[in-house]
Amino acid sequence: MKPAPFTRHVPRTVDEVVSALAEFAPLDGRILAGGQSLVPIMAFRMARPAHLIDINEVEGLDRLAVDGDYLSIGARVRHGAFHKPVIDGPLGKLLAFVVSHIAHYPIRMRGTFCGSLAHADPASEWCLVAATLDAQLVVKSVRGERIVPVTDFLEGIMSTSLAEDEFLAEARLPLLPDDTKFGFYEFSRRAGDFAMSAALVTYRLVDGVIADAHVGIGGAEDRARRITEAEDVLNGQAPSPELFVAAGEAAANAIEPLEDIQTTAEYRCDLVRAVTRRALERSLQ
Amino acid sequence: MSDKTDITLIINGQSYAIRVESRRTLADAIREDCGQTGTHIGCEHGVCGACTVLVNGEPVRSCLMFAQQADGKQIRTVEGLADGDEMHPMQRAFMENHGLQCGFCTPGFLMLAVGVLEREPDISDHDLVDVLSSNLCRCTGYQNIIKAVRAAAVEMRQS
Repeated sequence: MKPAPFTRHVPRTVDEVVSALAEFAPLDGRILAGGQSLVPIMAFRMARPAHLIDINEVEGLDRLAVDGDYLSIGARVRHGAFHKPVIDGPLGKLLAFVVSHIAHYPIRMRGTFCGSLAHADPASEWCLVAATLDAQLVVKSVRGERIVPVTDFLEGIMSTSLAEDEFLAEARLPLLPDDTKFGFYEFSRRAGDFAMSAALVTYRLVDGVIADAHVGIGGAEDRARRITEAEDVLNGQAPSPELFVAAGEAAANAIEPLEDIQTTAEYRCDLVRAVTRRALERSLQ
Repeated sequence: MSDKTDITLIINGQSYAIRVESRRTLADAIREDCGQTGTHIGCEHGVCGACTVLVNGEPVRSCLMFAQQADGKQIRTVEGLADGDEMHPMQRAFMENHGLQCGFCTPGFLMLAVGVLEREPDISDHDLVDVLSSNLCRCTGYQNIIKAVRAAAVEMRQS
């Protein structure tokens, strides 16, 4: 239950981070941000990196600010930063609602938004937020910077398109129009435990009918993603209990459910049906 | 690879100059290198919360932080709660409300509750229960812990 030995590197700037990554990633080096997922798996010896590049002292990565039409979230911004709305409008409220579902208070003091995305646990709430809102991710290495849409970033269970020498420096969430409605619902067996399924929905009401529906599902497949089949059910229709049931049905039919020892495919689909409907119901509360 | 680094942990205002490997957790350093054994280690992977301490005023799992990451930071542990013979209101409330039996989880609960209430004095009773779900207790069934923390919260807000 003690992590294996490793060498810790403490860069102070982003340039130093990418240099260290270029040098040590090929020698089994990786980034240490909040450590709330990495350190437990190191304690279990499921991970035993030879080098950790600790980004907790890097200047500038704690930036959390609006740039034009998106919210910029630096790699050191911790979950706890979202406990209270970080900006006016629906996006700040959405993030504050979702964050209370992430692990527990002390974990939220250390764990980071970008770290959750880079870890890419299928049950991650932030992966679901990023997927549902079409986040753009800023990835850096000594070779330069690239901006990756979330659909090209999340590849599978704890798997991303980050190259060995790249790190996720910033996540960009599009701001939501003021009249955006949102709903989030997560099912887990214990408070703070991994979601067995979760749904996040956003949409606008234009002349009484739903427009620009986003329906994201997490915890059910190998990665969080938008379910266009459910969005198609909603767009152009007036909200109603029957419509929300139909959207849940469409989501359940569209997914390729993960199975594990506790959860059959059938049960997971049933959960998706329920969390989608409940997220939609919450959007009207 | 097992090279040690000199760091200073400031625990309850006292400085401890220690020499630790990078893999040394803050929890182990507090106990083994600084001799402050009030902080307990339960699961060692961030689930139980027994090792909760305050780092720069924030409650964190000290088993999920490396000691070197706390170099120079202000750490508070259960040993720092009482003022001489005068118990902290949170400690007294745990005693008066029977908020413990075996006591193993108690230092973690005390630091969690004190840390959150100092940061958010006006936290609602509902949110307080959510905060207390962070830590595990196998004796009390939690009800007396919730009672104790609510009682102490009232007192801490008045002082």
